[in-house]
Amino acid sequence: MAEKPKLDRQSMCDRLAMEFQDEWIVNLGVGMPTLCSNYVDTSRDIITHSENGVIGYGPLAEEGKEDGHLVNAGGQFVTAQPGMSILHHADSFAVIRGGMVDVTVMGAYEVAENGDFANWRIPTRKGGGIGGAMDLAACAKRVFIAMEHNTRDGGQKLLNRCSLPITAPGVVKLLVTDLGLFEISPEGFVLKEHAPGWNPEEIQEMTEAKLIIPPDLKEFRFKA
Amino acid sequence: MKNKIYKTFDEAVADVPDGSTVMIPGFGGIGMPRNLIAALNRQGAKDLTGVSNNAGNLDDKVDVSTLVEARQMKKMICAFTAPTHPSRITPFVEQYNNDEIEAELVPQGTLAERMRAAGAGIGGFYTPSSVGTELAEGKEHREINGRMHVLEYPLFGDYAFIRAWKADTLGNLQFRLTQRNFNVVMAMAATVTVVEVENEVVEAGGLDPDNIHVPGIYVNRIVTIPADGIWY
Repeated sequence: MAEKPKLDRQSMCDRLAMEFQDEWIVNLGVGMPTLCSNYVDTSRDIITHSENGVIGYGPLAEEGKEDGHLVNAGGQFVTAQPGMSILHHADSFAVIRGGMVDVTVMGAYEVAENGDFANWRIPTRKGGGIGGAMDLAACAKRVFIAMEHNTRDGGQKLLNRCSLPITAPGVVKLLVTDLGLFEISPEGFVLKEHAPGWNPEEIQEMTEAKLIIPPDLKEFRFKA
Repeated sequence: MKNKIYKTFDEAVADVPDGSTVMIPGFGGIGMPRNLIAALNRQGAKDLTGVSNNAGNLDDKVDVSTLVEARQMKKMICAFTAPTHPSRITPFVEQYNNDEIEAELVPQGTLAERMRAAGAGIGGFYTPSSVGTELAEGKEHREINGRMHVLEYPLFGDYAFIRAWKADTLGNLQFRLTQRNFNVVMAMAATVTVVEVENEVVEAGGLDPDNIHVPGIYVNRIVTIPADGIWY
C-alpha cells in the first residue's frame, strides 16, 4: 500500500510563518526553520534577527551575488536590506536574553506535552550541538518547533516526557509536523489543524502523547 | 608608541607557548583568522585550550580543525562538540570519541558573555540560559526577579586571534557586517590580541573615532593579509 502523502517542509514552515505578527522580531534556527523566510506576506513587516549579530537581513543571496561578509545563523549567505544593523556576539545574545525576540523557530528531536523539547544531544553520540538554542529557548517570548512527526524508522517524537536531555523546560507554544499543527496547552498537545487526508484517529495512532481534539479542528492551512 | 605592525604572521605568533588558551572567532567561516591559525599550525605550540564557536569544520579550509588535526589542542571550549550533521566526522569528533581531547560545551550566548565579563572585569553573572537542563547541573542557582538563573564565570584567554576589515597603526579596528561576531569580546578577554586585517593599515586618524569596534588599547599586533594570503 502506498504511503499517504504528508505535508512537505515548505508548507510546514509557511504555516508557522503565518503566525508571525507585524513588527515581530523573528529568529530562525538552522535547517528546516530557515524555510520560514521564503513565506512572503506583504501585509506584515517582520524583523529578522540572527544570533551571529545581524538584525533586519534579507532573503538568501543568489549564487554569484554573495557578500563574503554577510551570513545567517546557518552560515548561508544572505542579502543586506535597508536599515539592517550589526552587533557583536555578546550584544546579539543580549538582544535574545533581554527578551527582544518575539519568536524563535527551531527543529527538534522530541517535544513533550509539558512544553519541554530536546534538540542538542543524542545519546549514541558523544558531545552535542547547542549553538544559540538554549539562550533562545530560555529567553525568546515564544518557541515554535518544526519537525517531522515521527523518526525515519517510525519512532515517537511527540512524547509524554522527553527521553533525551532537554534544551529548555516548558517553553514550546506551537508545533508543526508533517501531520498537522499542534498547540501546547497546560493540558497537553491540542491538534489544531490536520494534514489533508489524515483524520485525528490516524494522527493519534502515530503519536505517543494523548492528543486533545478540539471541536473546532480544521484542515491544515496552506495560505493565509 | 610601541610599534604594533608585524611583517609576517609567523613573527606575530612566534612566542605562543605550549599550554596557552587561544581564542579563535568566526561564525559560518566569516571573521575567522585563517592566516594566524595557519601560522600557529606552523609554529607548533601544543597542549592548547581553544575557545571558539565550534570545534572545527570539514571543508578543507584552514580553521580550528587544522590545529585539532595536528594534535595541538588539548581541550576545546565551544557551543558545538558535535557537528550539526552526524555524518561529518571532523578531526575533533574522531579524537573526542577516542577520549584524546577534552571539551567543555557552553551555550553560545553564555560563551560570548563569559568573555565579555572577562574583558569587562566582571567576576561572574547569572543567566537564565540552560536552567532546567543538564548543563546547569552542579552550578549555583539563584532566583532573581522571580526567575531562576545560573551563575557563570568569566572566560579569559592568553591570546586572541582576530580577523578585521580595517585597522590603524594604533590597533583601532573596524569589522564589516557579520565578520564582527566573537572578535570584539575575544579581543577584550585575551591578554595578547593579534590581528590579521584585510586592508592596508592606515595612519592614526585615518578611521572615524565614532566607528571603532575595538579600541586599539586592546590590540597588540597587526599583520596585513598579503595578496597571496588566505582570504576565504
